[in-house]
Amino acid sequence: MSSEAGDIVSRYKEHTAKKVSYILTGILLLFLVVVYSISTGSVDIPPLDVVRTLAGQSISPTWDSIIWNIRLPQVLTAIVAGTGLAISGVVMQSILRNPLGSPFTLGISNAAAFGAAFSIIILGAGSTSSNVGTAVIINNPYVTTISAFVFAMIATAVILMFAKLRGTTPEVMILIGVALGSLFTAGTMFLQYFADDVQLASMVFWTFGDTSRANWEELGLITVIVVIAFVYFTLNRWKYNAIDAGDETAKGLGVNVDRVRLWGMIWASFVTAITVAFLGVIGFIGLICPHMARRLIGDDHRFLITGSVVMGALLLLCADTVARVMIQPYQLPVAVLTAFLGAPTFIYLILKGRRI
Amino acid sequence: MILDVNGVEFDYRSKEVLSNIKFHLQKNEILAILGPNGVGKTTLLKCMNAILKPKSGTIMIEEQDVLKLEQMEIARRLGYVPQQCESARLTAFDAILLGRMPHIKWNISTGDVMLVENVIKRLKLEDLALRYIDELSGGELQKVGIARALAQNPKLLLLDEPTSSLDLRNQLDILDIVRDVVKKEDVSAIMTMHDLNLAFRYADKFLFLKNGTIFAAGSIADVSPQVIEEVYGVPVTIQNYQNVSVVIPV
Repeated sequence: MSSEAGDIVSRYKEHTAKKVSYILTGILLLFLVVVYSISTGSVDIPPLDVVRTLAGQSISPTWDSIIWNIRLPQVLTAIVAGTGLAISGVVMQSILRNPLGSPFTLGISNAAAFGAAFSIIILGAGSTSSNVGTAVIINNPYVTTISAFVFAMIATAVILMFAKLRGTTPEVMILIGVALGSLFTAGTMFLQYFADDVQLASMVFWTFGDTSRANWEELGLITVIVVIAFVYFTLNRWKYNAIDAGDETAKGLGVNVDRVRLWGMIWASFVTAITVAFLGVIGFIGLICPHMARRLIGDDHRFLITGSVVMGALLLLCADTVARVMIQPYQLPVAVLTAFLGAPTFIYLILKGRRI
Repeated sequence: MILDVNGVEFDYRSKEVLSNIKFHLQKNEILAILGPNGVGKTTLLKCMNAILKPKSGTIMIEEQDVLKLEQMEIARRLGYVPQQCESARLTAFDAILLGRMPHIKWNISTGDVMLVENVIKRLKLEDLALRYIDELSGGELQKVGIARALAQNPKLLLLDEPTSSLDLRNQLDILDIVRDVVKKEDVSAIMTMHDLNLAFRYADKFLFLKNGTIFAAGSIADVSPQVIEEVYGVPVTIQNYQNVSVVIPV
């Protein structure tokens, strides 16, 4: 009996070791894709030289400039944005007890898009003159970013306010979120109707999420927020597992379910808002990456949060790289590709998977 | 005395649900809370570990008032198994390990893993240990729920209709486990139940609720056909079959 029981523990350890190995494999893969992504583009740089340049050697001033000023920021932005969207998604799915929980289902990105449209039309941040080189200019990108962020947070605040009134239940939050989403979409359409063609172009341009938009400072800001959120979510990993077992069980285990739900929502929305405000709307990553990670390593948040991070970073970076080189010399914004990839992947997951 | 409940009252949206609840429980005893649907059995159970906060009263567990403790501290003393446990893509081992949550600071220790292993052996769940709980049957999931509550190392187990929606085999299995644990270890149990015959077979004490308050309480000797008729509105007879009391509606 005792040998069999010892067996349980060792089998359990093997089981968890497997999850860790999936995550480590993912991280390794991510490094390879980073190097590949930096090496390809309108100018191809040999991967080995990419590694050398990143290690601090200077091989050629041109390549230095391409790598440090253009490709590396974009690659890192893709990784950080993928991370942020994936952790928001995985946490929202848990605290809302709904597989469709994501910042997008809750209308937060619709609100951000409205905020951008609002800044372009009402606050005049949009271009009034376009020149030949670039078709669309947003005159004052910071006004647009701040406006998008503010509206995303307003949407969150409204959801939380109603949740406070009617009880912090997943149903209330999701239904209010869906209602808000269509309200903001209607608002955006209203503004679009009165926009001139240049303003309209600016709005549409803003909506396409694009990782090349962020500079080093903006990347730094997004990174700080995403890292703090990741640490916060990781500290709460046991609580999310407990909530997965049902609100009642979680309460019996000493978890203040309402508080975990409230702060989880606030952080997840905050991360989404800041990502969307700087980069535009990048759909589906927050929804799909957690589900892909779940299929590999299960619902245990001790591993799932990190797993989703790796999956989100990997997927968005791959999509970004493909979008960059697919139709040269044009660089597609990554959001176009994630939407194309997202829908079929999601349907595939539903058809092939167990219950989502 | 492990549990002493005095003057507990609970209101739901200013409607009185429970009033003047008063009882106590000794070590190694099982108490069955009985009564018709909607009388407040589950509410009373949830008041015991302050998932629902009573309006007034005291609930003393080992000389400490539950209502004055932090939620985590309560969870170290009382294990709660709701009627329905949700499943997820977790192994049974992970699900039971969750019961160590009130005791851990940052991460699980070898001690926690050993304790979970012991609970698994104790409940003979070796075959389930590494299976995913979203693939388990209702009875198996219920056993995992009880194992999780035991992993909390509680002084008192609270079980909300532990046998509802289970087949006969599993009903007996679950209650055998509960009785075995209560008799052999330093723990007591409170269960809400619908099946009077199962309650008579396994519980030491009985508490009948009617109109949100205690109608009758005591050991099997205190349970008369009149009490049951008053509480459920069904005339019954109680027969003795091989030292087990059996309720038969007449």
